Amino acid sequence: MLKRKPTTQVQIDMDKNIARRKIIGAAFFIFLGIALYVASNIVDELRVYQGATVAVYVVAISSIILLTGYSGQISLGHGALMAVGAYAAVLSRNYWNFPIPLTFAVAVLAAALFGALLGMAAGRLSGPYLAGTTLALAVGLPSLANQFKILGGEEGLTYDVGFPPLALGQDFTQYKWFFWIAALAALAATWVIFNVLGSRYGRQWRALRSNPTAAALLGVHVARSKVLAFTISSGVAGLAGALMSMTISLVTPSAFPLSLSFAIVTGAVLAGVTLLTGSIVGAVVLVAIPEVTAALATHLGGSEKVTSNLPGLMMSALLILSVLFFPNGPQLHRRKTRKS
Amino acid sequence: MSRIINTLLIGISGGSIYSLMSLALVLVWRSTRVVNFAQAGQAILSTYIGYVVVTHTDNYWLAFPVALLSGALIGALVDIFLIRILARRANSGPVAAIAPVIATLGLLGLIRAIVGMIWGGDLRRFKLPVTNHGFTFGHTTIPFAPINLLIVVTTVIVMLIFSVIFQRTNLGLALRASAFSPEIARLAGVRVDLTRTIGWAFAGAAGAIAGVLVTPTNYLSPNSLDLLLVSGFVAAVIGGLESLIGAALGGLVLGISLAFVLEYISSSLAFPVAFVVLMAVLLIKPAGLFGGKRVRSA
Amino acid sequence: MSGLVVNDLHVFHGAIRAVDGLSFSVETGQLAAIIGANGAGKTTLLRALTGLKSVQSGSATWNGESMLRQKPENLVRQGIVHVSDGKSVIPELSVKENLALGGLWRRDKKDVAIVTKEVLDLFPRLGERMSQSADTLSGGERQMLAIGRSLISRPSLLLLDEPSLGLAPLVIEQIFQAIKSLQARLNLTVVLVEQNAMGALRIADIGVIVNLGRLVTVGPSQELINNPALRAAYLGY
Repeated sequence: MLKRKPTTQVQIDMDKNIARRKIIGAAFFIFLGIALYVASNIVDELRVYQGATVAVYVVAISSIILLTGYSGQISLGHGALMAVGAYAAVLSRNYWNFPIPLTFAVAVLAAALFGALLGMAAGRLSGPYLAGTTLALAVGLPSLANQFKILGGEEGLTYDVGFPPLALGQDFTQYKWFFWIAALAALAATWVIFNVLGSRYGRQWRALRSNPTAAALLGVHVARSKVLAFTISSGVAGLAGALMSMTISLVTPSAFPLSLSFAIVTGAVLAGVTLLTGSIVGAVVLVAIPEVTAALATHLGGSEKVTSNLPGLMMSALLILSVLFFPNGPQLHRRKTRKS
Repeated sequence: MSRIINTLLIGISGGSIYSLMSLALVLVWRSTRVVNFAQAGQAILSTYIGYVVVTHTDNYWLAFPVALLSGALIGALVDIFLIRILARRANSGPVAAIAPVIATLGLLGLIRAIVGMIWGGDLRRFKLPVTNHGFTFGHTTIPFAPINLLIVVTTVIVMLIFSVIFQRTNLGLALRASAFSPEIARLAGVRVDLTRTIGWAFAGAAGAIAGVLVTPTNYLSPNSLDLLLVSGFVAAVIGGLESLIGAALGGLVLGISLAFVLEYISSSLAFPVAFVVLMAVLLIKPAGLFGGKRVRSA
Repeated sequence: MSGLVVNDLHVFHGAIRAVDGLSFSVETGQLAAIIGANGAGKTTLLRALTGLKSVQSGSATWNGESMLRQKPENLVRQGIVHVSDGKSVIPELSVKENLALGGLWRRDKKDVAIVTKEVLDLFPRLGERMSQSADTLSGGERQMLAIGRSLISRPSLLLLDEPSLGLAPLVIEQIFQAIKSLQARLNLTVVLVEQNAMGALRIADIGVIVNLGRLVTVGPSQELINNPALRAAYLGY
């Protein structure tokens, strides 16, 4: 890190580096988009639906990666923030008849606002305190929806994004429509996060994560920087919540259980926490686990008790193993950070 | 007037359970600097073991020590097979600070899945050791029942035993020294790793007691203790997370305030109140209401 | 071979070679002063010798037996006691509890009581403050407490890390005199790591001068004090 070069040279190198990374990033996203388009036309409906779920998880996991991998904060309550986003979206849709893209924006804003409030407290906490506080949120907040009539109680509220536009053709199914919305949102969210991480704030977060004291001495406003990270991360989680509700056409308290918060943290850990593109790996694993375990269960012929708990078992085991054996993410990334 | 006293009594009974869970969390936090989210899992597993004993022998008083000992054993095993390895492997890099959180979370999920595989997800009832019909004075029956009295008395006894162990015995001195300054304790000849494992065992026992005490008034399912974990955490934070007395008082403060909110305002406000209390303590007095000067970073 | 023998010891501190091939020996009953500037690797050396820090290569033996790659709590049971730098007391515990800590592992509780009394005779100020928390002690009293606690383990090899750190000159003199008298009375072997070079060499039998993790010279402390070149380079005047 401490290159002995004149400042200007370092600056130029850095700018070049950033420019190159941006081009590579853009190319990556374009390729991904094309790949997604091709893929969605050749696979069956179930896979398309799973693709939509993967996209939702990508967004949710990215929000954790941004928060934990870069600003060093942890949240076990992002499921609750997803609920905030989802309810905000559905209310704006049902009461003011907002167009769909606008409801997503409402989800982002509502969750970000909520996250900012939480982050103001969180910015002053660290590690276990933050984890416990957000855990309390994840346990309690969704059930609060039961208490208010406007939120629809246990049955929840219907969230309908409408049929795909006719212009897309007759055989363009509802699931495909979900997939495209989710995938586009995921691409957009990832792109935004990618750029935020490359910005001044991203560098501040990294500095904070590796050495808070040094960062503060260098003029990073620690609390403000942490709150900002929490706010952006919450906004992204809100988007994920709205997208998830779209795929199940419903917003209910039971859609945001504690296990959802745990699942996205697991996804982020599996993704390597500090690697944004890893979010796809994490998301695929999250979607694949129930399917793999279901196949495994039918193969083994286990009882219902075993079958229904196999995904949880596998996910938890993966979580523990990845923390024990790859505490800082996949090998590939570790090498990269060491060089820079 | 009697309504106030009744509410207070119910609050103390509920708060006792929170105190035990909070004690379990604080014991581990002090010795290992880990908030053990798996505590709910360890407690639920111990409680299911107690449940098996109750259903087979129809004897709660046998189930109690069995659950307690299983809780201690499970706690010790968790320390030896997960936390020690974790401390060796994930001690640097961006994830080091959150690795224990993630690992104990994973363990919570793992235990819950295993419990679900063995006993299934359906709600089960635990035989009541004593009745849950309130005490009757003349013609009035109060909500406070023998079961609540049992909870309070057991908690007080457990707390007394813990405080004698911690303040009066050599083991207690070793536990405190290892918690405050492991390196100095080591240099003085204390076997810190072993001591820490004993601390985990104590914590496991405390959590198990909370589980077997609360379950008869409630039901048993693989995640029926999740809320207790959160309440225990809030109580521990109120108490400052460092102090055992703080843990006990924090539980009572939370229990009593929740009881009054439920009784006088609305039953739907329990969670928001607990959360607001948590946030307020964290923002206004981060060292806890009964805590010392230590600031909570790390 | 009796006494402490350190041979070609290498210890890393992060990427830095904090101890870089250090060799020296201390005979039983001797007081050795390890002298060097800040960052010379003195503290790392002690930490490596008592198992607080892992060693790259080399050997260290006490009375012929290797002391490396052992846990500090086990070394204490072999009579090797390390008093770490400056603040080696637990402020949350009382003076009495801090002292008791040194004897927790010992079976012979009678001897623990005897040695505790000896310590209180040696440092009467501790006796007056037994129930106070160690937090309330002055710097000198803390050092007395730390040394006192180490004596309760009945050490044969005592490793002291900068006992003079942050103390007033008069107090330093007191502590040094106490160390000297303990060495003579209990036939202790003492390794004293110090930045206060002159003070330490005056009470020491031999001096070990280190710089950047390497041995500069080792010899009888009087000779080192009288060597003008060394005085100028390492002893400050």
